[in-house]
Amino acid sequence: MGQENLIEEIRAKLGQAVEDVSESFGDVVIMVRPGSLRSALAALREKPFDYAVLLDLTCVDFAAAEGRFELVYHLYSLSRNIRLRLKASLPAADPTADSITGLWKNADWLEREVFDMFGVRFDGHPYLMRLLTYEGFEGHPLRKSYPWRLAQPRIPLKDKD
Amino acid sequence: MSGLDFLTTRLETALGWGRKFSLFHYPFITACCGMEYMSAACAHFDIDRFGAGLTRFSPRQADLLLVVGTVSHKLAPVLRTVYDQMLEPKWVIAFGACAVSGGIYQNYAVVQGIDRVIPVDIYIPGCPPRPEMVLDGLMKLQDKIQHQKQDWRWARKT
Repeated sequence: MGQENLIEEIRAKLGQAVEDVSESFGDVVIMVRPGSLRSALAALREKPFDYAVLLDLTCVDFAAAEGRFELVYHLYSLSRNIRLRLKASLPAADPTADSITGLWKNADWLEREVFDMFGVRFDGHPYLMRLLTYEGFEGHPLRKSYPWRLAQPRIPLKDKD
Repeated sequence: MSGLDFLTTRLETALGWGRKFSLFHYPFITACCGMEYMSAACAHFDIDRFGAGLTRFSPRQADLLLVVGTVSHKLAPVLRTVYDQMLEPKWVIAFGACAVSGGIYQNYAVVQGIDRVIPVDIYIPGCPPRPEMVLDGLMKLQDKIQHQKQDWRWARKT
């Protein structure tokens, strides 16, 4: 499957879910509608695409009113030794996406990190709590709107059992 | 010791002398300053010359807490617990710019100086501080111990 055929096949398989297809650094980049994120990833995971590995899941804050948060999924196919980048942009108000912990187990902590740093909520996540910061932390530090010198409120020490 | 059968001193002075030359330190090392700590602790610079060579890896046996490196907000409760576990009398050295003031990390993750969490006796700045500075700080701490009011509850009449 060459690069051209691959794009055609992905378009054929995902249909209306695809917003845009481009290439960057030799890898295919697909923009999908946020509503069909989970189904698109589920389809790409199966043969013939066979993207069995979720390498990374992260987010970018573009600080624009529309499509402010862009989720980025990095997929890797072991059998074909190629990568794929899948993106979906979410609105600034209440950014929410479907959790893909049911597809890849490692998405659990990656989604928690994105939630912690960007405040993107993942529907269906089993335990959507902060991962890197602590309980009582206010705000989401990797948002562009987060003041860089903001002092966090002091929280009391937890009672030791 | 021929010719010297006794000498006189004040109990405070004797206690200070004893304490300043028998510092058991607990290294709370989190970052690259640990390399300078190793250098200061090992044979080349050798803090054992100042009586602080005996490293204890339990805070309950230590009386000098060396906070070496960056302390994040998530680690701060651990540092506080370690400090609380140490027996008195106890002293704290903030080793390196990060422990002193947060250093180059002015962001959401790093405590801007460990004195927001625990009291500090000596600040050793530098990124990282040279071992000579560590020894200088240690000697300043010894000076402080010698001249501070010595707490000796075991001798106090109740």
